Amino acid sequence: MTDRIRVNLRDIVNNEERLVPGHRLCGGCGEPTIVRQILHAIDTPVVLSTATGCLEVSTSVFPYTSWNVPWIHSAFENAATTISGAEAAYKALKRRGNLPVDEEITFIAFGGDGASYDIGFQFISGALERGHKFLYVCLNNEAYMNTGIQRSSATPRGAHTTTSPAGEVIPGKVQWRKPFTRIMAAHDIPYVAQAAPHNYRDLMRKVKKAVAVDGPAVLNILAPCPRGWRHASDQTMAITKLAADTCYWPLYEVENGHKFTVNYKPREKQPVAEWFKTQGRFRHLFRPANEWLLEEIQAKVDEEWAQLLHDEECSS
Amino acid sequence: MTSNRSRTFVLGEKKEMVESTYLALDGANAVSHAMRQINPDVVAAYPITPQTAVVQNFSQFVADGTVDTEFVPVESEHAAMSACIGASAAGARVMTATSANGLALMWEMLYIASGMRLPIVLTVVNRALSSPLNIHCDHSDSMGARDAGWLQLYAETGQEAYDNTIQALRIAEDSDLLLPVMSCQDGFITGHGVERVGILPDQTVQDFVGQYVANYSLLDVENPVTMGAWDFTDYYFEHKRQQSQAMNESMPIVEAVSAEYEKLSGRPQPIIDTFAMDDAEVAVIVLSSAAGTTRSVVRDLRNKGVKAGVVKPRLFRPFPAQRIVDAIKNCKAVAVLDRAISFGSPDGMGPLFLDVTSALYNAGACDVPVIDFIFGLGGRDMTPPMVESVYDQLMQIRDTGDRGDIVRYVGLRG
Ligand SMILES: Cc1ncc(C[n+]2csc(CCOP(=O)(O)OP(=O)(O)O)c2C)c(N)n1
Repeated sequence: MTDRIRVNLRDIVNNEERLVPGHRLCGGCGEPTIVRQILHAIDTPVVLSTATGCLEVSTSVFPYTSWNVPWIHSAFENAATTISGAEAAYKALKRRGNLPVDEEITFIAFGGDGASYDIGFQFISGALERGHKFLYVCLNNEAYMNTGIQRSSATPRGAHTTTSPAGEVIPGKVQWRKPFTRIMAAHDIPYVAQAAPHNYRDLMRKVKKAVAVDGPAVLNILAPCPRGWRHASDQTMAITKLAADTCYWPLYEVENGHKFTVNYKPREKQPVAEWFKTQGRFRHLFRPANEWLLEEIQAKVDEEWAQLLHDEECSS
Repeated sequence: MTSNRSRTFVLGEKKEMVESTYLALDGANAVSHAMRQINPDVVAAYPITPQTAVVQNFSQFVADGTVDTEFVPVESEHAAMSACIGASAAGARVMTATSANGLALMWEMLYIASGMRLPIVLTVVNRALSSPLNIHCDHSDSMGARDAGWLQLYAETGQEAYDNTIQALRIAEDSDLLLPVMSCQDGFITGHGVERVGILPDQTVQDFVGQYVANYSLLDVENPVTMGAWDFTDYYFEHKRQQSQAMNESMPIVEAVSAEYEKLSGRPQPIIDTFAMDDAEVAVIVLSSAAGTTRSVVRDLRNKGVKAGVVKPRLFRPFPAQRIVDAIKNCKAVAVLDRAISFGSPDGMGPLFLDVTSALYNAGACDVPVIDFIFGLGGRDMTPPMVESVYDQLMQIRDTGDRGDIVRYVGLRG
């Protein structure tokens, strides 16, 4: 909460855009807003890799590109490894005098939650363990949106997706979300944080902090998807704000694997049902028969929030 | 970084033959020495038997400061090729090595490396694919990747594995080609077999490979490029046609690099190696280490007056079709020895046979009776008596004119 890193809006509006207009992401998609917030927060040149997914297919349609900066896509699962290869090349070429020694480059990999929580999980873990200096960003829209809204291990319990549909006997996804942010932090890397784009100051401050550390950093960022979540496309920011206000998506950071800081504590913690109400993917939870599930989810959110506050207390 | 990065090789002035130093090395070690002398910018690799020695030796070179390569000890072979792709896209000279299941795990990325025209060099120490699990030599791994858009060289000996590795790099990085190259040698038989291997002086190798300057690099932040774009129906087809054309037109580049290396090392570097083929009536076509056994059998047969010969392609991709046709077109019977099966092809033929027979058909040379022998799967030894039995069967075809079974097995229990 008390970091001295400042985000100056006046500077930002004068920055050059690195992800330029004309891309084909849907109106109301959280991803381009988040990517622009991230790239505006970084002063050095950047080199980006992006996993297969919505961001990639919508920004690199040959012969066009929306990227004003060096960018590579190789496959779905390996954005972290691809960027770790580029970072290794950077070290080697600098050491051998084939790049100017004072050339600072920030390496960033973007992946959706499918690319991060599921198919690319091992690849990220490997890159973090090896200690490459890069930032991994999970653009978390809580399902495989590019292929048509299939469940991932980031999909919350109870959500309807096309592979965890709400049916007559099964009320949406059965399993809980994987605690990805905590698992990333458990790698004892310098910096891990959870953020959301409505609170851009917090998000951009986290980016600045993440790229300043000497080693890997991970950001897990909630990225609403109007198509998959079933909400109006002008509600994106209101919805991520509600996710933070219900403590469904706490904004927090973990330094060196153990120092927890909760960056936003709602003055009045709202019931998680308020967040669910904004999205069609949870509509079935409001049927009387599914009341038990809503209660269960609320209990889990409360428990996780309490644990987070406890972790913060223990690390201060 | 300069913006106009046209590529030049900085080659040594002298092209006369340079003396090699002879060391006792196994095939895997021979490759790690080639890699040491090349001193690539980035090596990302993962261990698997029988390739492990390559990664281990190279790690030691890094630890001892013998090379100043950035070594990326990844968590899988898929990650190895992924990191190679990232590093190559960033303008680095990149090498790696694997075998069998490791190559299978890389499969997705093999196509991505070639589609992005990244000149990565991959040593494959050939080993059987599971299941059943088997760590010994056959060619099911690299043959499974024969359509992946990589050039493929096959070495008979540790010496050839060393020589091919150095040439592979020059071929891959040629600015008119820019395709990845697989340099294969037989697991255990060559990989763990200690031989006398001639090693060129370090500086000679450095001069031969020159300095690699990529046309495009992710690290060229002044000139940003988008790599690995998304092609719709309107461009993908043309891009694949270009890629195929690059492969089709790679032969002169392979020839030129081979000729230059031959001059430098004093060791012949034929695209296909022919032995006693001038007047051969019965001939065998075989890749890699089994060619040595076959050649020794041919010597005995020649002493007995049998007009036998051997053809050993060093290059399998691109397929040297015309050369092979020219070598065998006057034979009375030919056997292809395949150390892999293309499951479900007619009668379960091997990949080499499929290409040899299609080359003959396309050249209008359909009169030569060719049969296929599947041999050596999972490391089964190919002994001289087995090779003799192959020639016996060829002589029978020569004498009777009856081709008989097209796909046969040798060294298989009844
Ligand atoms: C190896 C592999 N498996 C499956 C796919 C198909 N695929 C492409 S994108 C995608 C889902 C992407 O989901 P996510 O990572 O959550 O990103 P989003 O599109 O939601 O931003 C899938 C399943 C693929 N490209 N590669």
